Amino acid sequence: MLRSKRVLAMASAVSTALLVIGGSLVATSSASAASVLPKVPMAKSVGKGEGALNIVIWAGYAENGSSDKSVDWVTPFQKATGCKVNAKVGNTSDEMVTLMKSGGYDGVSASGDATNRLIYGGVVAPVNTALVPSYANISPFLKNKSWNSAGGQMYGIPHGWGANVLAYNSAKVKPAPTSWSVVFDPKSPYAGKITAYDSPIYIADAALYLMKTSPALGIKNPYALDQKQFDAAVALLKGQKKIVGEYWSDYTKAVQSYESGNTLLGTSWQVIANLISSDKKVPIASVLPKEGSTGWSDTWMISAKAAHPNCMYKWMDWIASPTANAQVAEWFGEAPSNAKACNFTADKSFCATYHATDAAYAKNIYYWTTPTSTCLDGRKVACKDYAAWTQAWTAIKG
Amino acid sequence: MKISRRAQWILAALTCLVLGFIYIPLAVVVINSFNPSKTFSWPPSSFSTIWWSKVFANPEVTTSLFTSLKAGLGATVISVLLGTCIAFAVSRYNFFAKNTVSLLVVLPIALPGIVTGIALNSAFNTLLQPFGIGLGLATVIVGHATFCIVIVYNNLLARLRRIGGTLEEASSDLGASTFQTFAYVTFPMIRSALVAGGLLAFALSFDEIVVTTFTSGASVQTLPQWIFNNLFRPNQAPIVNVVATILLIAFMLPVWLSQKLSGGSAAGSRL
Amino acid sequence: MSIQSPERVASKNRISTWLYLHPRSRLAILLSAPITWLVVAYLGSLATMIFSAFWSVDSFTGNVIHKLTLENFHILLTQSVYRDIALRSLGVAIFVTVVDAFIAIPIAFFMAKVLTPRLRNFAVVIIILPLWASYLVKAYAWRTMFSDSGVLAWFFGRFHISTPGYGLFATAVTLCYLWLPYMILPIYAGLERLPDSLLEASSDLGASAGKTFRSIIVPMIYPSIIAGSLFTFSLTLGDYIVVKIVGGKSQLMANVVYDNVGTAGNLPFAAAAALFPIIVILGYLTFVRKSGALENF
Repeated sequence: MLRSKRVLAMASAVSTALLVIGGSLVATSSASAASVLPKVPMAKSVGKGEGALNIVIWAGYAENGSSDKSVDWVTPFQKATGCKVNAKVGNTSDEMVTLMKSGGYDGVSASGDATNRLIYGGVVAPVNTALVPSYANISPFLKNKSWNSAGGQMYGIPHGWGANVLAYNSAKVKPAPTSWSVVFDPKSPYAGKITAYDSPIYIADAALYLMKTSPALGIKNPYALDQKQFDAAVALLKGQKKIVGEYWSDYTKAVQSYESGNTLLGTSWQVIANLISSDKKVPIASVLPKEGSTGWSDTWMISAKAAHPNCMYKWMDWIASPTANAQVAEWFGEAPSNAKACNFTADKSFCATYHATDAAYAKNIYYWTTPTSTCLDGRKVACKDYAAWTQAWTAIKG
Repeated sequence: MKISRRAQWILAALTCLVLGFIYIPLAVVVINSFNPSKTFSWPPSSFSTIWWSKVFANPEVTTSLFTSLKAGLGATVISVLLGTCIAFAVSRYNFFAKNTVSLLVVLPIALPGIVTGIALNSAFNTLLQPFGIGLGLATVIVGHATFCIVIVYNNLLARLRRIGGTLEEASSDLGASTFQTFAYVTFPMIRSALVAGGLLAFALSFDEIVVTTFTSGASVQTLPQWIFNNLFRPNQAPIVNVVATILLIAFMLPVWLSQKLSGGSAAGSRL
Repeated sequence: MSIQSPERVASKNRISTWLYLHPRSRLAILLSAPITWLVVAYLGSLATMIFSAFWSVDSFTGNVIHKLTLENFHILLTQSVYRDIALRSLGVAIFVTVVDAFIAIPIAFFMAKVLTPRLRNFAVVIIILPLWASYLVKAYAWRTMFSDSGVLAWFFGRFHISTPGYGLFATAVTLCYLWLPYMILPIYAGLERLPDSLLEASSDLGASAGKTFRSIIVPMIYPSIIAGSLFTFSLTLGDYIVVKIVGGKSQLMANVVYDNVGTAGNLPFAAAAALFPIIVILGYLTFVRKSGALENF
């Protein structure tokens, strides 16, 4: 009895020690302060391809013929460089940031609400644009922006940009909607068949709607919300939850939802509407409502710990080259970043439709940006940061 | 108590209803594998084997199938070895922490998979990344083996309790060494329980998705992960139905076999 | 028996004799490998995870800040949405357990007491077989069944009732379906062990079928029901995939954990949220052990 008591005491001491050791073993990198730019070395040259490439992408950015036999810009890349592409689709910017931080990926096509987090978190390396020949032809209004550069140094190669659209089943949604009110109005005739994007960044869409419909709130930038404006946006979304059928983040689930009739309308991407219309199951149409829209401007970034840096530089050059840039822009439904790509689109009026070279139009889209406690519109009040947005999103979904 | 004919018929009817409830969704899956429509609108418009012909041509399916097989095999071997050790320890000996040990063995399967998954994920990331080792097949096997141990353990424990220790004592009385006793007396008696437990452990590892998601990293994709990634893809989802139908048919034999081997007792179940 | 060299036989005999004379060492050898595995790989990583619940992340970069803080628990306990989600998850788990128990008892009784032994084995096989159909595909089958153009809509449409569609009810039904075999099998095992003579004695003493059921059968299979409920409970509390497939816009506690790990990259918060199912299940396990159900696998 005495002996087992002793052993028991020893066991509890051991387990406490294990706990402490387990905890202290985890003491690795300390968090970098948000305003300090981590020093990550930049590549000086691009050598031979390493034979493989692991990238995190938005859906549709690395097509290899498996969705549609004629849509393929990955196979020619693999043939030309010998880098076998292994692409992982990230459904939201948050997922992409988490995937990149887990290591194991060489690069990512990051939107503006992921780029700064990756830059200041030391997850991505600055890009030596001299090593990327296609960079010379990128539209000037996409270079050295707040979301793809820091300290005067480019941290990626612009990919393309576009707006979130309102996609609707044109047979069942009549008359054709022109305003976001169809998805926000609690008395919407399509209650229960509405979809919304399942990410905290969607709060900006509500803020944008309020910006145009409730000017008294004084919202100037949907990503710079003080407490009062934030509460109004959250209240709008909690009301919207009652009429939402399904939230979507996986684009294939969104496609299936429209095609099975569970969703009739909601915020979406042009690529989703394109996939649905090519399936020919339901008639689909898309519109940029009169209030304007949030959108994204995507940048290809290279990981600070890339295992295949040469292949990544080759990929960035490939995807920003006129032919590939035109292909991906047409497939996804966005404006290409390379001005020369307009000569290579299958639809000759593509660039005109998407205002590809129109800098003024590009400025009017409210690109995804990470909200910070320092207001992005320059106001000297306390704005809600992304952690608050994330928590609010959980509360909204309930 | 005598169960009246009426009660027997009611019970039989209830059982048929429940069996229908269990098998109708599976029938839907099988029927949909022959449904040429990509969105599975019901009722199916026609009968077609188009997806069946595509499934074997798909390289992702075959790669993930092999990955799943390798992971399953690795997890089964490890869990059989470790489960056997613990089962012998618990059934043949009395030691002070016996109850704690049996609780510890059950814990990986009692706690939700997501808890096990993120715990292993954070541990691997913290301990292995400094050495440059990433997540991969080995970490998947470690994760699977951890919760497969209890399957083998349960099967073997039930069997060891049933056969008792007298035969082994008789064997040593007759002069056999420890190894001889194990080889000629114990092992033949537990062999079928080991096979049954191993089969069930393999099947559990083969179907597992949650822990795998967190321990597989970028380079490795098991069959359930492939299914999860393609569930909603319009071009691939019908192939998922075909894969599911094949798995259903393929598992019929091992399940029946493991039932027979464990002596027909439900203690040989997955639990 | 093969002929071996005398030295080899002698050394083998020495080891074998030593093992025979030292049972404690035998035990230590048996236990060393598995216990090391379980304690280091499993308990160690659990400890790391639970420890990280006391950390936080930088709100901008998402990097973990290794400073002890109770911030995560503060958020979980004060914001009402997490309370709602936790209660909802518990509610679904209890619903699934109760419904599965109600369905399982008659069918297990039929299998154990009415069927002949040959049919009994066959019945067990058909009950177990769906367990080996991929869990994801079964959940997806229910998605197609619940969809607006699916089987249920077509079936109920003929009676002019609309389907419930995706949501909490669909989630609960799918979970009941997925875990039903886990409830049937332990109850069947318990009923199989119940001697028929007990039931005959009960009716000889004048008890009706109902009374026999209430006073004899249920108490005897109570540990089996608890054993089955352990699985339905723990599997439901930990499930986030079924919600993603048929849950529509609802979310359960496991989704909070998953979303915070995979999407938000906030492992400390996810770990804190994960403590909820851990505590509930550990509590349930302790209760289960006292009732002797752990012997009943």
